[in-house]
Amino acid sequence: MDVRRDEPLIRVEAVTKEYVMGGEVLRALNGVSLTVGYGEFVAIIGPSGSGKSTLMNILGCLDTPTSGKYWLEGVEVNRLRDSRLAEIRNRKIGFIFQNFNLLPKLTALENVELPLIYRGMRSAERRERAVEALRKVGLGDRMRHRPPELSGGQQQRVAIARALAGDPPILLGDEPTGALDTKTGREVLRLLQDLNREGRTIILITHDMDVARQAKRIVRIVDGVLHEGDGAA
Amino acid sequence: MKLGQGLKMALKSIMANKMRSFLTMLGIIIGVSSVIVLVGIGQGASSRIEEQVRALGTNLLTVNILGRGDTSTLSYEQAVAFADIEGVEYAAPYNSNSATVKYGTNDVTVNVVGTNADYFYLRGYGLAAGRFVAQIDLDFRQKIAVLGAATAEELFGFANPVGEYVKINGTRFKVVGLLAEKGSSAFGSYDEIVIIPLTTAERTFRSRGVRSIYIQAASVDRLDAIQEEAEARLAEMFRGQENAYRVFNQEDMLETASSISDTLSLALGGIAGISLLVGGIGIMNIMLVSVTERTREIGIRKAVGAKKRDILIQFLIEAVTISALGGLLGLGLGFAGGWAVSSLLRIDVVHSGDMIALALGFSVLIGVAFGIYPANKAAKLKPVDALRFE
Repeated sequence: MDVRRDEPLIRVEAVTKEYVMGGEVLRALNGVSLTVGYGEFVAIIGPSGSGKSTLMNILGCLDTPTSGKYWLEGVEVNRLRDSRLAEIRNRKIGFIFQNFNLLPKLTALENVELPLIYRGMRSAERRERAVEALRKVGLGDRMRHRPPELSGGQQQRVAIARALAGDPPILLGDEPTGALDTKTGREVLRLLQDLNREGRTIILITHDMDVARQAKRIVRIVDGVLHEGDGAA
Repeated sequence: MKLGQGLKMALKSIMANKMRSFLTMLGIIIGVSSVIVLVGIGQGASSRIEEQVRALGTNLLTVNILGRGDTSTLSYEQAVAFADIEGVEYAAPYNSNSATVKYGTNDVTVNVVGTNADYFYLRGYGLAAGRFVAQIDLDFRQKIAVLGAATAEELFGFANPVGEYVKINGTRFKVVGLLAEKGSSAFGSYDEIVIIPLTTAERTFRSRGVRSIYIQAASVDRLDAIQEEAEARLAEMFRGQENAYRVFNQEDMLETASSISDTLSLALGGIAGISLLVGGIGIMNIMLVSVTERTREIGIRKAVGAKKRDILIQFLIEAVTISALGGLLGLGLGFAGGWAVSSLLRIDVVHSGDMIALALGFSVLIGVAFGIYPANKAAKLKPVDALRFE
């Protein structure tokens, strides 16, 4: 995978996504174009049903667009096979979900190791990097705990550590504070800001203006159409 | 993802659902252990029969005269003439009659065999006391008898019978020898027997002629040639009436016996194999439930970079581990069951390496065959759909 620094990190052009539901075609994204450069902190804000989750799934290579093009570090990912997409998710993207999406039967450490296992990393190196990622999010003393034994804020920090462990260029957060109380939500956002300050690109999806304001750039999505800036559409 | 990692994951998830995993394994455990026990019994029977047939000697020919019209037997002279065939070591004519043998107030009904001196070597008897039937006894139609060990014990207790007189169907015979104990085979006891000269037997039982002849070749290589020559002679004697006599060798008997027991093993193994199949269906069932239950887990794994192949391998390894573990436990249970059967019922149970490898291999194969469908179903899930699953 050749990385071309002259290309923006993310370039999305005229992407549409259609679902067929009960015989009717539902257009969740309608000609969305977006460019995100290295080191940006972008919030994509929109009400529920606006298509922001669909956009996030496409940006995260969890789903493919119906039409349009998507380049990630200069690679046109909308044309790739499933196994190459899995590789891109593994190396380029760190997910932070609203409901954490940790595996409840694995310890925090094992959860963080998961992406590295699929990268085929040796266990010693894997462990070292997972421990480092957990220390970074302040959970160095909770490594042997399983998710049900941790608070919501701690679980989300494990998820962030998992996203960080593979050292991907993009962190993709889908309502990362949605399941947390205001105080822990603010802590998680502060952690994300710290990570951005270290040079990591962060894309956040939210319906909460207060959360979106923590980002450097705000993009609004309404009815599958994207508008730059936080002004009223 | 590496294979060792997959195995670790599989073991973890098996251990997370101990009861369910055990119940799933149970089908395979029962299947494999019943294959091991039942085929073990079959092979035990087969090796026992084979051993007994071999004990008779593989270089042995048996000529049976079935009779045709007025010539239903061979004369004694014709019978011993088979000894002239090149390569024949012993030829023993053999007439057997059931008779009452009496000593004092004791009596016993036993097979009284009329034969010649060769019979002793041919059957591999030993002498405990006295001597065997000799040619001179036949020539003079001596009323002498040699007793088998069991028969002697019944008539005389532990006293030495040599020199005593017994009555066979009312005729007095002098006991000249006592055979050493030899045991029994599928064809009856070697020790419940009284042997008298053939010529004496013809007279005592009023039956002229010889109905069976045992021929022993000096070596197995000569057996076919001897059989051919014997058949040629018999054809001449009976003027080509092939139904009047039958010549068969121990090899034929061995083949018949082992084909019977092989069929038995196959039938038993087949029945047990069906239960293995049912066990495999149980694995498939549980794996399908497990895939549905763990849809979200599959979604998470795919989101962090698991490929189709990784998920496929994970679930396949899980299915194979369950069936292989079941196979190993079944093997242990099968050995225990085989030991219990052989010690309780006093029959031979023989476990062959082939059978063990086959049962284990088959259980792994079942894991693959019945695991591939659920594993493929898991692998094909789209990451978005799997993550959305509640």
